[in-house]
Amino acid sequence: MQSNLVTVSYLAAGVLFILSLGGLSTQSSARRGNAFGIVGMLLAIVATTLTAFSSSSLALESVGILAGAVAVGATIGAVVAARVAMTSMPELVAVLHSFVGAAAVLVGIASYLAPDHQLTGAEAVIHHVEIFLGVLIGAVTFTGSIIAFGKLRGTIRSRPLLIPGRHLLNLGMLVASSYLMLRFLGTEHATTELLIMTGIASVLGIHLVMAIGGADMPVVVSMLNSYSGWAAAAAGFMLSNDLLIITGALVGSSGAILSYIMCKAMNRSIWNVIFGGFGADEGAAPAKAKDAGSEQREVQSLSGEATAELMREAKSVIIIPGYGMAVAQAQYPLYEIAKLLRERGATVRFAIHPVAGRLPGHMNVLLAEAKVPYDIVLEMDEINQDFPDTDLALVIGANDIVNPSALDDPQSPIYGMPVLEVWKAKTSVVMKRSMASGYAGIDNPLFFRDNTRMLFGDAKKQVDAILTALRDTK
Amino acid sequence: MNIGIIKEIKPGERRVAATPETVGKLCKLGFSVQVESGAGDGASFRDEDYQKAGAQVVSDTTALWNGSDIVLKVQPPDMHPQLGRHEAELLREKAALVSFLWPAKNRDLVDRLAARKATVLAMDLIPRITRAQKMDALSSMANIAGYRAVIEAASFFGRFFTGQVTAAGKVPPAKVLVIGAGVAGLAAIGAARGLGAIVRAFDTRPVVREQVQSMGAEFLEVELAEDGTGEGGYAREMSPAFIAAEMALFEKQAREVDIIITTALIPGRAAPQLILRSHVEQMRPGSVVVDLAAEAGGNCEVTRPGEVINHRGVTVIGYMDLPSRLAPTASTLYGNNLVHLLSDMGGAAKWQVNQQDEVVRGALVIHEGEVLGPPPKPKAPPPDQAKKPQAAPVKAVGKESKGGHEDSSVSARAQLTALLLMAAAFLGIGLFAPTAFLSHLTVFVLSCFVGWQVVWNVTPALHTPLMSVTNAISGIIIVGGMLKLSGPALAPATILAALAVLLSTINIAGGFLVTQRMLKMFRR
Repeated sequence: MQSNLVTVSYLAAGVLFILSLGGLSTQSSARRGNAFGIVGMLLAIVATTLTAFSSSSLALESVGILAGAVAVGATIGAVVAARVAMTSMPELVAVLHSFVGAAAVLVGIASYLAPDHQLTGAEAVIHHVEIFLGVLIGAVTFTGSIIAFGKLRGTIRSRPLLIPGRHLLNLGMLVASSYLMLRFLGTEHATTELLIMTGIASVLGIHLVMAIGGADMPVVVSMLNSYSGWAAAAAGFMLSNDLLIITGALVGSSGAILSYIMCKAMNRSIWNVIFGGFGADEGAAPAKAKDAGSEQREVQSLSGEATAELMREAKSVIIIPGYGMAVAQAQYPLYEIAKLLRERGATVRFAIHPVAGRLPGHMNVLLAEAKVPYDIVLEMDEINQDFPDTDLALVIGANDIVNPSALDDPQSPIYGMPVLEVWKAKTSVVMKRSMASGYAGIDNPLFFRDNTRMLFGDAKKQVDAILTALRDTK
Repeated sequence: MNIGIIKEIKPGERRVAATPETVGKLCKLGFSVQVESGAGDGASFRDEDYQKAGAQVVSDTTALWNGSDIVLKVQPPDMHPQLGRHEAELLREKAALVSFLWPAKNRDLVDRLAARKATVLAMDLIPRITRAQKMDALSSMANIAGYRAVIEAASFFGRFFTGQVTAAGKVPPAKVLVIGAGVAGLAAIGAARGLGAIVRAFDTRPVVREQVQSMGAEFLEVELAEDGTGEGGYAREMSPAFIAAEMALFEKQAREVDIIITTALIPGRAAPQLILRSHVEQMRPGSVVVDLAAEAGGNCEVTRPGEVINHRGVTVIGYMDLPSRLAPTASTLYGNNLVHLLSDMGGAAKWQVNQQDEVVRGALVIHEGEVLGPPPKPKAPPPDQAKKPQAAPVKAVGKESKGGHEDSSVSARAQLTALLLMAAAFLGIGLFAPTAFLSHLTVFVLSCFVGWQVVWNVTPALHTPLMSVTNAISGIIIVGGMLKLSGPALAPATILAALAVLLSTINIAGGFLVTQRMLKMFRR
């Protein structure tokens, strides 16, 4: 009776989670979706507490521990959520992933130390495999996310760390883990093996993410999102808990889809991204070519006031934000400009490349923060054919996603990646700190085009300058 | 059949019902055409041009009226100043007349014509349906009026329309407000944009928004949702609350813009007063108001119909003859409208006044002396089909096509291998795994598929919130921690479990709250 009730609540929670993800399909239903998720989570927690009580396995002191842990955790979570800047969302997401990974490791080990009941034969083997895999995935997620967090914050260099023979090293660690698993299954009390494997898996996580460049972090973050889901699913298997399995699978597939979308947007296979090294070895060749060709190619630069002049004459403007806008926090003045131009009767739209920023959808969140209405924020596929009819394309802090060599230079490492075709606009203005190359470490021929003007300097300052110039002439 | 083109007698009317070009077309339809001498003078068409096109030029007005089976005119018949007779009396008995008529306000003219047992078609009553667009003389004239309104405004306005930066200094662009985005309004927007002005437009009908924007103007709106679309695509009268909001908007605009062009007309009523005396007085000196509704009383309080006045430094133009001020073009378009109508009615050979024809019935005021009531209501759609902005963004080729360049045979083989492996795995699991595991596996696999389906629907703009919400949800691992809390308080397992609970709670609280924060920011 009791256990049926719990099962039903778990079922309800599972359905609520599905509705929650479904709700995110449009902006209008998204908030409801989030509410569904919260209700589902509360339901799951209450139901679990009740089971633990009814089976009287939960001693009073355990309740105290539970309450204490929840209270502390909730406070930390709430404070972090309220304080985090929208530009730091990628870091927050990464660090939260690491928590899930860590929790999965802890639950796995705890479940080995204090088994619910004695299992024999095939069941025992399966149970142990589940524990072992759960801990392994959890540990990789944990350390991998921490490294991703560090790279996103800039505390760890974003350049990929490439140890010679790194693929062999990864393979070796996997083989060692498999060997440990065999020993783990063979012996009665094999806590040591489990702990050693945890250590190896942690190193594996660190090494995997260290080898990936900063530009690929969106993919890594979504991969880790996926891993954290699989870790939860594995925990569900070892605890025979369907809710954990359902939720883990939902999160796992969600992360997998996001990584897939990111990879598609960069025209690279998932393996190419995961086994990393992009932007370091390939970057060397075009760098030489740049040296050879740079003398006769000159960029045309202009001032913020001149940009304002161009804007005043433009009837249609497309703004292409990239990570540089996020770093400079330029989204607020940028929207002020957009508003001014719209008042003058110009069409102003924002074009978002799928991998702009450091998190899928990151630019959308930042623009939303600046109160840009979401119906003038368009995706690449929606807006790319409009560039030929556009008077002015303003690129702010983006580089690789507007690189024409992705389309016309088969030698380019990003050849084949869909990009925003800003050079088809009548004029394009590229705001950039300097002539340094983007994360992919490659040269951008866009800067040398006849209809391209470079606006050098800090994005925030330049946007402010444009805004002032526009206001003055109003 | 004889067609007579009469010289207009109304003072200031320079248009004519046929040009040499349309005379040629009428001849082709089998009509023989007679043109009153000097009929085309006002519109710069000479008698000999008509002759060359195949018409016979007649100088005796009475004889021309008398000899015509169908008389084509612009203005409604009126008292002839030289002959001292009313034109309706000059019309031969049982002949046909096609012209603007405005029968609602010219009741006695209708009676006079009915007494002549005439058949009369009013060009102002051609229904506004798709098929009749080529005969829609009101639209052709409104188009011209809109254009001319801008030209008149420009001639009284002391500045450039377009902003210029010259060696001698900078001049700002003119700001133009167009009220009413019908045919005239849209033409005015086009003309003003063409001259380089910044144009804003207002209309009570939301359906015209796209048309306004496609012409390059900004569409102004009041913060009050009310649809002013009336019958047949015309506007209707609005509620008092709406009008108040509208007035506030106009007052604000009056302070900002240099030129206001009003084109607001509601069929069968006096024109709504939109620009009040106080609005005009708030405009900058040198500003111009052109009131295209002057004939119906004017949209502007200070408008004097037919005149140009200067009200405290603001020029208010109330011309009622704007199309006539562009006589050659107006005559050409009007003449073509007439040709299309006559051609639809069968030409000379199969001439027939077919009352089953929606267009003919709409325009027909008198049929062989019998005054007809208003026609049955046309089933008219809103006018949004008229002009669509070119190429609304079409969703480009889907996700599939981009990835499709891999070698298909390789991917097929890989798929086959994957399928075989899966089958083998399922077989192994089915043979050896315990039932409890199987039921969990079922749940797992199905959930993966559900997740896959659901997540594909998530819009890319929401990928970051998706991540943070899945992050929060993956905090469900708290359940695992809770289930392991049961041991003695200080046992290693319990401590680990408590730590797990702590970490996952951070996740749950942090993830949901930050998602909430993000989603609140998304607004239209």
